[in-house]
Amino acid sequence: MNNFQYARANDVADAIRLLAADPGAKLIAGGTNLIDLMKENVERPTRLIDISRLPLRKVEGTADGSLRIGALVPNSDLAYHPLIEQRYPLLASAILAGASAQLRNMASVGGNLMQRTRCAYFYDTATPCNKRHPGSGCSAMDGLNRNHAILGTSAACIATNPSDMSVALAALDALVHIAGPSGERTIALTDFHRVPGDKPHVDTNLGTGEIITAIELPPPGFAQNYSYLKIRDRMSYAFALVSVAAALELDGNAISGARVALGGVAHKPWRSLEAEAALRGQAATPDHFSHAADLLLQGATARSHNGFKVELARRAIVRTLTQAANATPQSQAHKKIA
Amino acid sequence: MGDVTHQISERIPIHLVVNGVSHTLDLVPWTTLLDALRDHLALSGTKKGCDHGQCGACTVLVDGRRINSCLTLAVMNDGAKITTIEGLANDGALHPLQQAFIDHDAFQCGYCTPGQICSAAGLLVEGRAKDTDEIRELMSGNLCRCGAYPNIVAAIQQAMGQP
Repeated sequence: MNNFQYARANDVADAIRLLAADPGAKLIAGGTNLIDLMKENVERPTRLIDISRLPLRKVEGTADGSLRIGALVPNSDLAYHPLIEQRYPLLASAILAGASAQLRNMASVGGNLMQRTRCAYFYDTATPCNKRHPGSGCSAMDGLNRNHAILGTSAACIATNPSDMSVALAALDALVHIAGPSGERTIALTDFHRVPGDKPHVDTNLGTGEIITAIELPPPGFAQNYSYLKIRDRMSYAFALVSVAAALELDGNAISGARVALGGVAHKPWRSLEAEAALRGQAATPDHFSHAADLLLQGATARSHNGFKVELARRAIVRTLTQAANATPQSQAHKKIA
Repeated sequence: MGDVTHQISERIPIHLVVNGVSHTLDLVPWTTLLDALRDHLALSGTKKGCDHGQCGACTVLVDGRRINSCLTLAVMNDGAKITTIEGLANDGALHPLQQAFIDHDAFQCGYCTPGQICSAAGLLVEGRAKDTDEIRELMSGNLCRCGAYPNIVAAIQQAMGQP
């Protein structure tokens, strides 16, 4: 790990000031991803600004029926929060599908959104990587790319976003509250992460000197018909090959509202408004789910080792929508897939 | 405890209460909590396995919550109460988990054991594991390369008061 200076922010404004004062500075909250990357020399901040003591740890209802989640709420506290368990169980399930109990105790909600890809070449400083070193090339493109993206890729990068939580947040139309040098703003979670394009070193649309202060969950929470299904090489404590967050509003067997987001397949949680529109008004049947899967996977392209993800995703989408329709959400502890 | 706000200095005074004993350390900020415990407080019960949060050998309890001590800086834990494997026994009486690991022979080489036991202590406090599937899932952050998992699960069940 490189040497760095350490400062503790007194409040959000202080953190923004400290960030603006040093272009090499980084915020640290849980530290689970940043310290790991620093040990690998992938991240080499000149200064760490410790925001872990800022008062951003509340989960509270708002007047318009939304839930506002402070950026520093630990992942485990959020997953087990009664309001999340009752109103947004899809989010609770996705969080519990990721990492380990220890990491969830440390990792913050804001930090989860900021975590970086687990592409092995991004971590390996001996190899070219456009995300780590812009313009150096992409080693995954013709390398070991079994874990890599099939949607929204570019000629510069085929990395995936590793978060489970973000996949559920995307499906739930979450909002991200941001504070920065020019004030506060709110953007949709689906606009928070970027596709790589020709700037794969830029993961998010967070601006210079900006800090996430809260996540907002609007209604509805899809608490009746939801499921989060994560497919991976081992049953616990591994990143997704493909994951699916599905949420349905049903009127009898007819779909009145549908949300589907994919993880493990793109540089950001992947949604298709076209696929969701195609589900609305249809019966909740495998045929219609399969059609939605086709629309979600439109334009999927594979490299040498990740072609299996296209069919895996197609089947996982149908399976997860079926679980949601049947109100039999995937358990994250009992691994049998219904 | 010094006010470290905006301070630019190599060493930072840090106060930790480890296993009930107060310590003040002057540490460079890139010292992990794990290294502070092992190298500065000579508490080598907490193990360094992967040093990347993947194996769980470094698990300790910070203010009662289990965490990976390799992925947090000591300075970030200024003022915290830390419990390590050395602090679980009470006046020479083994913690029920320590006794259960002995009763069930829940280890072979023993290197992962302090982390397994501290993690299980956190699991008991959380109260979320009700059956063996849930124990396995919520202990998945602790690897045992000897493969003592069935006995580890049995030991945790014993400590939970389950048959």
